Amino acid sequence: MTTSRRSFSLTLGALAAFASLTSMTPAQAADTIKVGILHSLSGTMAISETVLKDTALMTIAEINAKGGVLGKQLEPVVVDPASNWPLFAEKARQLITQDKVAVVFGCWTSVSRKSVLPVFEELNSLLFYPVQYEGEELSKNVFYTGAAPNQQAIPAVEYLMSKDGGSAKRFVLLGTDYVYPRTTNKILRSFLHSRGVKDEDIMEEYTPFGHSDYQSIIAKIKKFASEGKKTAVVSTINGDSNVPFYKELGNQGIKATDVPVVAFSVGEEELRGVDAKPLVGHLAAWNYFMSIKNPTNAAFIKEWSDYAKSANLASKDKPLTNDPMEATYIGIHMWAQAVEKAKSTDTDKVIAAMAGQTFKAPGGFVSTMDPKNHHLHKPVFIGEIKPDGQFNVVWKTPGPIKAQPWSPYIPEDKGKKDEPEKK
Amino acid sequence: MRRLTLRSAFIALAAVLVMVAAPAWALDAAQARAIAVGDGDARIAALQDAVARADPGLATFAQALLDDSVKTTATGVFIVHDDKAVDAVTGQPARLPDDAEDVSNNNRMRGALQTALSGLRLVSPELATRRAAVDDLTKGDADPALLPVIAKAIARETDAGLKSRLERLKAAAQIAAPDRAQRLQAIQLLSNSGEPTVRALLQSRLAPDAETDLELRAALAHAVTQVDGRLAWGERLGVLFTGISLGSILLLVALGLAITYGLMGVINMAHGELMMIGAYTTWGVQNLFRHFAPGLFDAYILLAVPASFVVSAAVGAILERGVIRFLYGRPLETLLATWGISLVLMQGVRSLFGAQNVEVENPSWMSGGIAVTSNLVLPYNRLAIIAFAALVLLATWALISRTRLGLFVRGVTQNRRMASCTGINTTRIDTLAFALGAGIAGMAGCALSQVGNVGPDLGQSYIVDSFMVVVLGGVGQLAGTVLAALGLGLMNKMLEGIAGAVLAKIFVLIFIVVFIQKRPQGLFALKGRSAES
Repeated sequence: MTTSRRSFSLTLGALAAFASLTSMTPAQAADTIKVGILHSLSGTMAISETVLKDTALMTIAEINAKGGVLGKQLEPVVVDPASNWPLFAEKARQLITQDKVAVVFGCWTSVSRKSVLPVFEELNSLLFYPVQYEGEELSKNVFYTGAAPNQQAIPAVEYLMSKDGGSAKRFVLLGTDYVYPRTTNKILRSFLHSRGVKDEDIMEEYTPFGHSDYQSIIAKIKKFASEGKKTAVVSTINGDSNVPFYKELGNQGIKATDVPVVAFSVGEEELRGVDAKPLVGHLAAWNYFMSIKNPTNAAFIKEWSDYAKSANLASKDKPLTNDPMEATYIGIHMWAQAVEKAKSTDTDKVIAAMAGQTFKAPGGFVSTMDPKNHHLHKPVFIGEIKPDGQFNVVWKTPGPIKAQPWSPYIPEDKGKKDEPEKK
Repeated sequence: MRRLTLRSAFIALAAVLVMVAAPAWALDAAQARAIAVGDGDARIAALQDAVARADPGLATFAQALLDDSVKTTATGVFIVHDDKAVDAVTGQPARLPDDAEDVSNNNRMRGALQTALSGLRLVSPELATRRAAVDDLTKGDADPALLPVIAKAIARETDAGLKSRLERLKAAAQIAAPDRAQRLQAIQLLSNSGEPTVRALLQSRLAPDAETDLELRAALAHAVTQVDGRLAWGERLGVLFTGISLGSILLLVALGLAITYGLMGVINMAHGELMMIGAYTTWGVQNLFRHFAPGLFDAYILLAVPASFVVSAAVGAILERGVIRFLYGRPLETLLATWGISLVLMQGVRSLFGAQNVEVENPSWMSGGIAVTSNLVLPYNRLAIIAFAALVLLATWALISRTRLGLFVRGVTQNRRMASCTGINTTRIDTLAFALGAGIAGMAGCALSQVGNVGPDLGQSYIVDSFMVVVLGGVGQLAGTVLAALGLGLMNKMLEGIAGAVLAKIFVLIFIVVFIQKRPQGLFALKGRSAES
């Protein structure tokens, strides 16, 4: 009895081994490399994330047209996590274990990134995250191609405090209620303290995701602004709530010359549905604007316009580019370069090859992947909204600056290493 | 300071020379360049110089700068309108060199230009222009550089009301004057104001390092309380208005449900999706207008309202005929079936029009608002929705209580069998009543498209609210629905002012749970002998 049971389990083991072999063989023999795209195509974040999916597809098509990577064509696998944070983790697991993708490009909100992070760490896979975020995170399995707080939020507030920015003395920190705005505002509050701004001159307000009635918040901002000194608003509102927010702002007649609003998640794409004329002069801080003039950017915009036409996208009549699109574009190219360098799509080999990769970005600078901290060195631009919904760059850093994922303005970050722990 | 006066003297001299040459455009090339290029401080200084001397060409030039239609080269400054370039100095048509660059202005520069323009307009012969200029200047920060212009305007002003406002402007600019008597006079004048900017100005003078004279500080504190008293009214009215505005939206979304759920007893989980269909119909009508009659675009909403009613009512009628009529009297099955339908409708719209939000543009007459007091602006789109909600309510009330159809609906609701015995075709009445409720939901969707986002999930965010209103108001009562909608709107907005949007929502829900526990029949209960009781 015992022997037969053992032989049975042996047979089972052999069978399992055989099964796994057969299932692996076609994946390896195939002449494509699968890459996952994990962006919300429905729900409140679809306004921002859908174009990133299309940008990724465009970039992949561009790489394929030039012969692919390691002589193989890239095969995109698109899934829709529907602005549903737990679904992000499920879809990520599905991409890695079922579709066997070599890398995933995706996520916008920090809460979605936090939700998929354990999956990527557990399965030792790669995520490229293309959006500005709050920092306070450094995983060996993630490359952050968006801005850390010192590459967006802090320069923007410094600009508001400068003479050209209006010498703001009081600040309204307004955001959607989740981890990114809360952490960013924590960093900003501590930064403002270090510049001598007191707590009574800072107002913090949060709204739920998808909030659409900004009447009382705008009324509060007006009241706060009348209680002394020059006031500015720092907005970390995310997703489609921005449309009613800016509509209400325009209708209530808050002009940028009185109370400027600087936004960290509003770009060309989010302003598409809004009449920008009442919003002229309100600001956004990014590492890229469509209005930046240089040959690389002209080529990028042309490539996108052509792609929008050929793929018959809804935006084909008015193709717009924005910062997270640029970050997606840079990320995919850098990954392809790293795979070529490592001569493999193996996660650890690609991570090693990513260090120090460079790419000529449409923003007009050469973006460098930091050798250690998985973040890009990026320039910072501050733009004012123009009547046509584009941005007029009014301030920029002289060159790319290094990311500080652990903000020096959060006391607990002291002594944290500027590289992932388990490497 | 000395250097500045020297320079302005030089510029004034240059200006005089140019004035001799070209009297209409008394702005010389160096001056125009100084205003258009360079760093912010220098440009603003040059601009203020020009304002102080009220150069005749300046208004045109400043306006062109504000419109972003000025281009510069290494030597020339040009104003470009519709591809036609004009030399900014001579006013003569000119050929635009290829290397001409756009002049870009930031907020600070735009503010200074606007102030300069308003300053120039203070001495305009038109009363309306002067009043607009004073309005603009009152809204902005007080600028000591404008003092000479304001003084000149005060000397000329004939309108008494405008004159006292100009005096206040002068006071605002003098609040930091070195002379103590001047400061005191400024504070006293400003305490008569009701402007938020004045409040901010007075408050900023109360900072420890601003005003040091103890007596003046006391005067400042007194002035702040006085201004506050005037501002408080605007704030209170503001909360009232936002509450009524939210209430009107809640009323619109709940009114249709008050008929289907309240009168007919159908738990319609697809109510939100009927609103969504109304909003998409509005979008469709808007696109038709944009495509076929761009000139009439601002009127699209007039057609969108009936269209959204008809489309949603038709969908409602099909639902009633196809599904719901088989489920009367079985609330649990109705709930499940309509929930399923809501998913089908959402996915259907997603497949047809895409998962992304669609763009519904407000007609131009709906943007902006009317300023009631200095700190209370009533946006036109909110006012329009309040009026619309009132109209829909009136029409629904008239239909239910004044028409034959309404009589039948009430009859069938109270006693189906007896109504049937008197010869009423009850199934037909059911269909019509359900279609009416659905149609009203469609119109609500049309209204929502003007303030929020239109996407496949639109209905989801309102379904809870609408059930809340109907249940709180008391099932079967229009008056209860109205009261509950306005009450919830006001309560929500007052709490939002105190606790923030997230907590306000939680408090409102807790309140409703407690209220329904204590009074399950809602605010108003049906009196008399209902068939079921």
